Amino acid sequence: MTTTAPTAPTGGAAPTGTPPSTTPRGRGPFRKKDTAGGSSGLLFVLPFLVFFGLFLIWPVAHGLWMSLTDSSLALRDTAFVGFANYAEAFGDPDVWRSLGNTVFFTLITCVPLVLLALAMALLVHSGLAGQWAWRLAFFAPYLLPVTVVTLIWAWLYQPELGFGNQLLAALGMEPVGWLSDESVAMWSIAALTVWWTIGFNFLLYLAALQSLPEALDEAAVLDGAGAWRRLWSITLPQLRHTTVLVAMLQVLASLKVFDQIYILTKGGPNGTTRPILEYVYDVGFTGYRLGYASAVSYVFFALVIVISIAQLRFFRTED
Amino acid sequence: MSATATAVRPRRRAPRASDGSPMLLGHGRLPRVLAGSALVVLAAVWLLPFVWAVATSFQSEQDVAKPGLFPFKGALTLESYERILSRGNVPTWAFNSFLIAGLVTLITVALSTLAAYGFARGTFRGRRTLLAVTVAAIMVPPQLLVVPLFKQMLLFHLVDTYAAVILPQVVAPMMVFILKRFFEGLPRELEDAARIDGASELRVFLSVVLPLSRPIVASVAIFVFIGAWNNFMWPFIVTNDPDLMTLPVGLATVRDSFGILYAQSMASALLASLPLIVMFLLFQRRIVKSVATTGFGGT
Repeated sequence: MTTTAPTAPTGGAAPTGTPPSTTPRGRGPFRKKDTAGGSSGLLFVLPFLVFFGLFLIWPVAHGLWMSLTDSSLALRDTAFVGFANYAEAFGDPDVWRSLGNTVFFTLITCVPLVLLALAMALLVHSGLAGQWAWRLAFFAPYLLPVTVVTLIWAWLYQPELGFGNQLLAALGMEPVGWLSDESVAMWSIAALTVWWTIGFNFLLYLAALQSLPEALDEAAVLDGAGAWRRLWSITLPQLRHTTVLVAMLQVLASLKVFDQIYILTKGGPNGTTRPILEYVYDVGFTGYRLGYASAVSYVFFALVIVISIAQLRFFRTED
Repeated sequence: MSATATAVRPRRRAPRASDGSPMLLGHGRLPRVLAGSALVVLAAVWLLPFVWAVATSFQSEQDVAKPGLFPFKGALTLESYERILSRGNVPTWAFNSFLIAGLVTLITVALSTLAAYGFARGTFRGRRTLLAVTVAAIMVPPQLLVVPLFKQMLLFHLVDTYAAVILPQVVAPMMVFILKRFFEGLPRELEDAARIDGASELRVFLSVVLPLSRPIVASVAIFVFIGAWNNFMWPFIVTNDPDLMTLPVGLATVRDSFGILYAQSMASALLASLPLIVMFLLFQRRIVKSVATTGFGGT
């Protein structure tokens, strides 16, 4: 598949039982004397750099170029159009609408994905029996492919027979159009997303809790502090850094939502769940306008960078 | 499931103290009961979709179509699983998923460990700059690349090939960064000892550095595999030929054709998630630990 260089270490990596044995005489490509100021390090990095250049740097640069052209999936000549695509994007109500949807989705998923994850980790950490079972229950959905998640939830949300409406019926309530009601659909997708991805944040919090020094807690117990008091004054303050990390990662992840929405609602009903990345897809691959799609995706990228920097600033001044 | 539980438990016993802190709740009974009930309710909510899916998959389509809240509405049957497995594409897609995720993992681990070692120990010119570019690339959302990458694949005439699905996925700057940090923490003395014995740099890497790094390399491999297995957008865009699709992509394309066949739909969902659930049960400690120590795996 690849060049010769990567195949060699793979062979060595698999049977890792090989002890760091007595090494044979230097017969490899690079000699000892090369290490000090030589090029041996570069040869190690080179295979990665080739792929990095081909499949990351090139597309980033090419995409930037495409955003300045009227590039299309249809086979015809491409013309340079300057910033016309960007100008169009800023005046395109669908861009603003899908950006709004994306931000709304980010808000309603990030809050539960941080707070509920923290609550889960605190509860599991409180030392009740069955650690592995709780962990499995909360983390397992994170391992599922998006299609599986959407298949399962499409069934739960199914209008007549699905669990959601069956439950409402059992309670004597009116059925809800989980994915077809304009005011409900985004919330339904948010619920699915929280269920699916909370496991990762949960594990981050759990790990942080497990690495906290117990001495502080013990001292507080000796001073007669109750469970609540210790939670608020000792445990939670020590989790600050983890919360910053979790919140930042989560905002970035939520902004990038596409898969589950595309599969479940294709952005519907009536565009109310269409996120910005689906708009990029619609414009580029359904509408064939790759140049314009690139411009919209770079506007999105700029937004992501601005938000990241704002977050870094915000959390730094907090400290 | 229970078999794994018993297999894992003896190993878990020892670090019990760090597993949970009984201190958190104090000695009162009320907080204990409250915390326990909250945990049970949350876990039940989290398991409910699974239970519902499993229950549905083991019934006939006719029974599934009966109204009612209780998930088991009729006799248990393997009918939907038999249908799915005989219905052509699912075994092909499963094969593709294993092949693609396996190759992506292999190539990514090879490229990333080599590069990380080069960055950690190399002294070549431009090392700092290249490293800075690599770290900056962590910020680039993969979705940004989709449109130009597709154009690139058209240019290379690779659309609808395994290569097109695999190659763009093997660039993992995050993994390079994580591995580099780990390699830097290794004691140089061992490497130097091998060098004095006349070992080449590649030999030092293969027989000294890699064996010392097994846990972190395993973590990277597990997360790359999960990511590749679950990857949706790129394989979805670059494959139109059903014979080349991965399981997630294939299932998404036939989702509508399942129509009202909910038992089969659930059976296919569970089959597609089985490899990952098995993997989690096998590598649970490793996965939990690697999320903990490196914080990677974010989608």
